[in-house]
Amino acid sequence: MADKKKKLSLVVFSGDFDKLVAAFTLASGAAAVNYEVNLFFTFWGLNAVKKAKGHRFTGKGFLARVFGFLMGGRKNAPLSRMNFGGMSPRLMTGMMKQRNVATLDELVEASIALGARFYACEMSMVILGLTLGDFIPEVKEVMGVAKFLELSQDGETLFI
Amino acid sequence: MEVLDITREHCPMTFVKTKLRLSKMKRGERVEILLCEGEPLDNVPKSVTEQGDKVIGIAHLKSGIHSVVIEKC
Repeated sequence: MADKKKKLSLVVFSGDFDKLVAAFTLASGAAAVNYEVNLFFTFWGLNAVKKAKGHRFTGKGFLARVFGFLMGGRKNAPLSRMNFGGMSPRLMTGMMKQRNVATLDELVEASIALGARFYACEMSMVILGLTLGDFIPEVKEVMGVAKFLELSQDGETLFI
Repeated sequence: MEVLDITREHCPMTFVKTKLRLSKMKRGERVEILLCEGEPLDNVPKSVTEQGDKVIGIAHLKSGIHSVVIEKC
């Protein structure tokens, strides 16, 4: 019998820039060494895979749209510490480029290119008034806890 | 033989660029990877072997830089 493919499943809860960098570093690195990689985006993590990368009115309903605008997309992801009004993620991206370290966008692209699978949390989407159409096309499926547990079975699971 | 220089890359792009290059190659084709000693030299050949491709040879080129020839299987 052929060896079963190793598997890494990440619950991407945080929408913080540094935590997203960590999540997509693990995702792309694991995919590059032949792991099956599943990313389950929930709550703030959903901002990382929104189609609109900046501040846009996304979602259904007045409050959800205002909330969506305030949170923004991947471009607005704040640093978990010393965010300085959104200046730090830009400075850090500059430092990453200067030191030839992959940026958040490059890590997301690498994860996609290597076949990591993206899933959106159904419950968080209901709260935030989001639909599958609000996300990048790589988010193929909306799922709940039961399906995610089934998907991540027999592999490593991390919560970020 | 094509050359892929990842001497300026850091984790995880060392693996990512190697994997992406290998995924575009046909069976039997070879690529020479230029990489730094330390983490890339320790892990890139190992991950390539684990994926079922073949490390043909590793050579020390100059201070801190190595050449790894890989054959797509």
